[in-house]
Amino acid sequence: MRHDHVITSKHLSRADVETVLDRAAEIAADPSAVADRHAGALLGLLFFEPSTRTKMSFETAMKRLGGDVVDMGSVESSSVTKGETLADTVRVIEGYTDALVLRHPKEGAATMASEFVDVPLLNAGDGAGQHPTQTLLDLYTIRENAGLDDITIGIMGDLKYGRTVHSLAYALSNFDTRQHFISPESLQLPREVVYDLHQQQGGRTGIREHESLEAVLGDLDVLYVTRIQRERFPDESEYREVAGEYQIDAETLEAASDELTVMHPLPRVDEIAPEVDDTEYAAYFEQAHNGVPVRMALLDLLLSEDGGGSDE
Amino acid sequence: MSNGGDDRSEHELRVSKIRNGTVIDHINGGQALNVLAILGIDGSQGEEISVGMNVPSDRLARKDIVKVEGRELSQDEVDVLSLIAPDATINIVREYDVIEKHRVERPDVVVGVLSCPNDGCISTGEEPVDSRFEVVDDGVRCSYCGTIVREGIASLIET
Repeated sequence: MRHDHVITSKHLSRADVETVLDRAAEIAADPSAVADRHAGALLGLLFFEPSTRTKMSFETAMKRLGGDVVDMGSVESSSVTKGETLADTVRVIEGYTDALVLRHPKEGAATMASEFVDVPLLNAGDGAGQHPTQTLLDLYTIRENAGLDDITIGIMGDLKYGRTVHSLAYALSNFDTRQHFISPESLQLPREVVYDLHQQQGGRTGIREHESLEAVLGDLDVLYVTRIQRERFPDESEYREVAGEYQIDAETLEAASDELTVMHPLPRVDEIAPEVDDTEYAAYFEQAHNGVPVRMALLDLLLSEDGGGSDE
Repeated sequence: MSNGGDDRSEHELRVSKIRNGTVIDHINGGQALNVLAILGIDGSQGEEISVGMNVPSDRLARKDIVKVEGRELSQDEVDVLSLIAPDATINIVREYDVIEKHRVERPDVVVGVLSCPNDGCISTGEEPVDSRFEVVDDGVRCSYCGTIVREGIASLIET
């Protein structure tokens, strides 16, 4: 893989995904082997929206590769408050760093920013658009737990605004997967995404949309749960009624296969009851931890002249 | 290729001939002002422009026609019109004669013409970028946020 930027999972081929995941597995097996690999390199963190996991795991990944980060800090303390455009901000910061990570509330922000910089730019979330590095760690987790071919995956919750969902659905279409999308009608996948998935699949995979988990739970190898946000609903009572339909607990999972892997990009609120945490199903903390080796792999591949890979 | 000879003589009674310039004929009825908006022609530069709207046509029942004196529009300039006037024909006129006649073709991409209807799209703010849409099977798609627009494209024309 030799991409200058990582903007959308739509542009990731099966070979790209496998290159990153294989490298991540190598790194996870022996992190000390890469401890100084990018000594002196600097990663610029441009987060225009709050983030805990994504930002901290990028920071951890860069430091574990021997590099360091420079952080724009919060929007309130930056020159954005003076009305600077994103195009100007990225052109300034690229002069300080070897690569950039961008999270921004506007859709298409990373695409636009990438047109203004030469250093690799990684999209860490653009509005309701894409979140491709989350997707890579999701795929890594799925591969470790269930494999990536011949699987049935259910993706549940806010499918309309959930960028992790859009990114994951595109990437899964590279593999032999059956995808079930489970959500209230008002939070179904955007028609643009459905259109793309039908265009992209070439008959390799199938997608189905449901309003209830019950009908498909028993068939699933992986259940990917996302948070339904209160602000998507006009009032509290409607939110509670709808969101309650998409929460899982130990009782819900009685109908699941013993091999089911339950994932969640986190943070969760009450979509997954804490009692599920101690079951064999739960993979969401492992998933969050995988953010480090996967982002290490990605940074290594992007920052290496030779396209990364082992040193032998 | 038939260009509707009777049709033409009829509208010539309504809209005067031009000496040099471009005649855009067979525009869907009611779209003439949108055509001018897309081309960025508003008369403020002193151009002589004639517009006929909803005139009878053999081919379209009702059509619009636009004549721009003193300006020969290139294929690239007019192709974007295919989004709102797919049947439009372009006549380049010199000394009252049509010296070139061609159809509009769907372009692969339109830049700086339409404004993305998604308020959350980066291209709609203060950033120094032109809007950009890829032309897809049945509409246009924003290159930044991916929003697909199938209907009401004329309402997105940047002014």
